[in-house]
Amino acid sequence: MTTTDKGTDRGTVNRRRPWAIEFYGSAVGKKWVMAITGIIFLGYVFVHMLGNLKLYLGTDPTGIFAIDHYGEWLRELLEPFLPREGALWIFRVVLTASVVLHIHAAYSLTVTNWKARPTRYQSPREYLVASYASRTMRWSGVIVGAFVAFHLLDLTIGTANPDFVAGDVHANLIASFSRPGVAIFYMVANLLLGLHIFHGTWSLFQSIGWNNPQFNEWRRWLAWAFTAVIVIANVSFPLTVLTGLVK
Amino acid sequence: MNITLRVWRQDTPDAPGRFVEYDAPDIESHASFLEMLDVVNERLTDKGEEPIAFDSDCREGICGMCGLMINGLAHGPQQGTATCQLHMRKFKDGDVITIEPWRAAGFPIIRDLVVDRSSFDRIIEAGGYITVPTGSAPDANLILVPKPAADAAMDAAACIGCGACVASCPNGAAQLFVAAKVANLNLLPQGQPERWTRVEAMVDEMEKYFGSCTNHGECEAACPKRISIDFIAMMNKDYIKAKFKNRRMAGQGS
Repeated sequence: MTTTDKGTDRGTVNRRRPWAIEFYGSAVGKKWVMAITGIIFLGYVFVHMLGNLKLYLGTDPTGIFAIDHYGEWLRELLEPFLPREGALWIFRVVLTASVVLHIHAAYSLTVTNWKARPTRYQSPREYLVASYASRTMRWSGVIVGAFVAFHLLDLTIGTANPDFVAGDVHANLIASFSRPGVAIFYMVANLLLGLHIFHGTWSLFQSIGWNNPQFNEWRRWLAWAFTAVIVIANVSFPLTVLTGLVK
Repeated sequence: MNITLRVWRQDTPDAPGRFVEYDAPDIESHASFLEMLDVVNERLTDKGEEPIAFDSDCREGICGMCGLMINGLAHGPQQGTATCQLHMRKFKDGDVITIEPWRAAGFPIIRDLVVDRSSFDRIIEAGGYITVPTGSAPDANLILVPKPAADAAMDAAACIGCGACVASCPNGAAQLFVAAKVANLNLLPQGQPERWTRVEAMVDEMEKYFGSCTNHGECEAACPKRISIDFIAMMNKDYIKAKFKNRRMAGQGS
């Protein structure tokens, strides 16, 4: 009886590949990459949310919206050390590279996992602890990815927003979220983002190996708290605009 | 008690299997799940039918031989228990109980409920050993082990290799088994010389057969020995460290 061998014998071949390729070639390595890029996204999502809270600060005495000030500050960040928008482009390059790695690793691991159980259970499965969030990571991830693409077309590039004016952050937000369909899509997508980062925030500790009885019980709480903060704030933006609380 | 079984029957590794229903009347509620299957098999044999093939050995929860998917749960509804230690009193009179084999690419079905778990043996061969000096037996306690480390290594060593972690994992991953087998050596001083090659070899061997961990935690819940997924984090950490490790400094401890 031979057991199924779904990989090639890499005992000697792998050693000749460059170190980083060999590391990424393993599933544990890919999960590490997913965790590290996940931390980058979590950091970005948090900062993005903090920046957007300026929607609620209204205008300064000269009549300029706080969020427009903030947008301009982002473009000027680290000037003159970096050219105008230099810091912004560094963020964009790092985030894009992270997106590529995160999605590639997720895709590749998903294929591996599907091959690992070619015949599914023929009777209904029960789950004792695997959560709805953990079992829907692939779906929530794909939908959030599609949402991010739309979000960029809507409020960065502007092609999905007929009233888009480059640099006019506040007006663009109001124009976009005044469309009920779009506002609802934003809210739904952010709830799914919450589902994704709830499992991701906990899961990354395991993938990286940050496991210590001294803080283990805090990992779930951190995931809850972080998710709550992000989801409540992010859902509030389209909601307050749609309901006319922010004009 | 009277129960009905829906059992996966499959004549050969490549034959298409199917569920077959068997009435099992007059089952003693104090019988273990495997004893119940023995009774059903005796009745089948008396009728001239082929008995249901299933694995078992010690029947006291320490050998890791038994393992069935019972009503969609590895080793059935009672947690921290192997199939042999599950008793019929956990079911109700009139229950319909569905029994399936473990399903994973690394565990091909041999017949009915019996699967081939020799992929686990390949993983152990890859690194589940230590090198020891031959010669006369060393004095006891010659190598001191911190108590928490000894306890943790013992917890990991409780793994009986039944494969419930793979069976219950939505990804068909064997992380919990491999992590336990890596940890019970890597946590101890005696396991240090091969620590980095061990984790690399065992993980690489595992990935030839099994899926990858997405931290559902389902394996820990299904494990008859309640092995903690903390060991999976330890294994991930050691694997990543092994990749970065300057092997010339491997004698310096972590």
